[in-house]
Amino acid sequence: MLDPVIRTDRLTRYFNRRAVVRDLSLGVPRGQVTALLGLNGAGKTTTIRIIMGLLRPTRGRCEVLGQNSSGLSPEARMRIGYMVEGHYLYPGMRVSECAKFQRAGYSRWNDAQFDQIVSHFGISQSTHVAHLSRGQRAGVCLALVLAPDPELLVLDDPALGLDPVSRRALNETLVEFAADGQRTVLLSSHLLDDVERIADRVMLMIDGRLQVDTTLDDFRDRVTGYVLEADVVDPDRVAAIPGLIEARRLGCRLHLTVADADEETSAAVERLQGSSVESIDLPFTDSVLAWLSRSRQQQSFLGRKRTGEHA
Amino acid sequence: MRIQVTTGSSIPIYRQVVDQIRHGVATGSMPVGEQMPSVRALAGELVLNANTIAKAYAALVRDGVLESQQGRGYFVAARREIFTRKERQRRLDEVMDPFLSEALTLGFDAEQIVVEVQKRLEKLAQVTD
Repeated sequence: MLDPVIRTDRLTRYFNRRAVVRDLSLGVPRGQVTALLGLNGAGKTTTIRIIMGLLRPTRGRCEVLGQNSSGLSPEARMRIGYMVEGHYLYPGMRVSECAKFQRAGYSRWNDAQFDQIVSHFGISQSTHVAHLSRGQRAGVCLALVLAPDPELLVLDDPALGLDPVSRRALNETLVEFAADGQRTVLLSSHLLDDVERIADRVMLMIDGRLQVDTTLDDFRDRVTGYVLEADVVDPDRVAAIPGLIEARRLGCRLHLTVADADEETSAAVERLQGSSVESIDLPFTDSVLAWLSRSRQQQSFLGRKRTGEHA
Repeated sequence: MRIQVTTGSSIPIYRQVVDQIRHGVATGSMPVGEQMPSVRALAGELVLNANTIAKAYAALVRDGVLESQQGRGYFVAARREIFTRKERQRRLDEVMDPFLSEALTLGFDAEQIVVEVQKRLEKLAQVTD
């Protein structure tokens, strides 16, 4: 990958005896918006905290802006905008005081940028933080991380709990921030529609492991759906379909989601039904859901774990 | 012309943008020579990743719907044939198949379909005149 801004190599983190992040090797390329997806507990926040140097990995390496993330220099830190999950602010401050407080830690600070974002979220500078709505707090947090004009933006679930108007303001701000193609964004999210709009790349974590790391277009191209008219199917034969991500029964039909389908895949699918089957293009959201559902289905007969997982 | 994008569709967003601009040009609501918004402006307006718009514009330039003028931006191109006869036929077949199967499934017969197509063409001709 050309010039990754964040690079991890076999990153692993245990909490007590539980591995929360396992063997994570990823690269976040410069100038792109990368979305980190996964269910709650998949390891997204832990990964982000390691990237930001707030948590040491048990094993493995993590580099950000060319430096080891557990020893980031203050200069490197100033080039990174980091927004923690939850939109926390000191409740006793006015919005303008938040800015004054934050700017003390940065050599660069763009007042106009701060003002513009805050007003985009419909907030007055003199308001006390305690009186802001969740969406407005998100706006202030975003303005605080963008005012130092960072070249790397790391956002941990920035859309969590936002109303639709604040969500749109957030998306607009991010699109604008990334539009010059020089600045890099890594954000975690559960909002697949927003990700489809604003992201270049998608990374998908399941149980601490990275299952998908590619462009949105490539992800779409490589995930295929089949709908079978089959009443009774042998679960072992379903599980044996090459590249199977998920199998779901809807009424008398069987919906299959498959990665990297080739002739062997369609042959296996057709043997199941006993006649020819056409593949269908899946919406981005459905493809992601299929991957995420798989991790919840490992008990069920259709979701049994396959060897030789798609990487 | 207003472009509307739907997320969660089986049609990728860049494809939706391409199709709507192509339609706008074909129906004359975007006349030849008209300047397109910049990649960045359209990305901001539609709240989409700028690379998605850049990719859509690139595809439209490749197909001869838009032309890019160095430093000035993108413009609706004068219509010219950039496809071979065979390719044009292939592209027509590609859109005709789903149209015909839908129409036949709805119970229209061949004659009614021809009449409907003719009606549409006349309507289009009025718009572009």
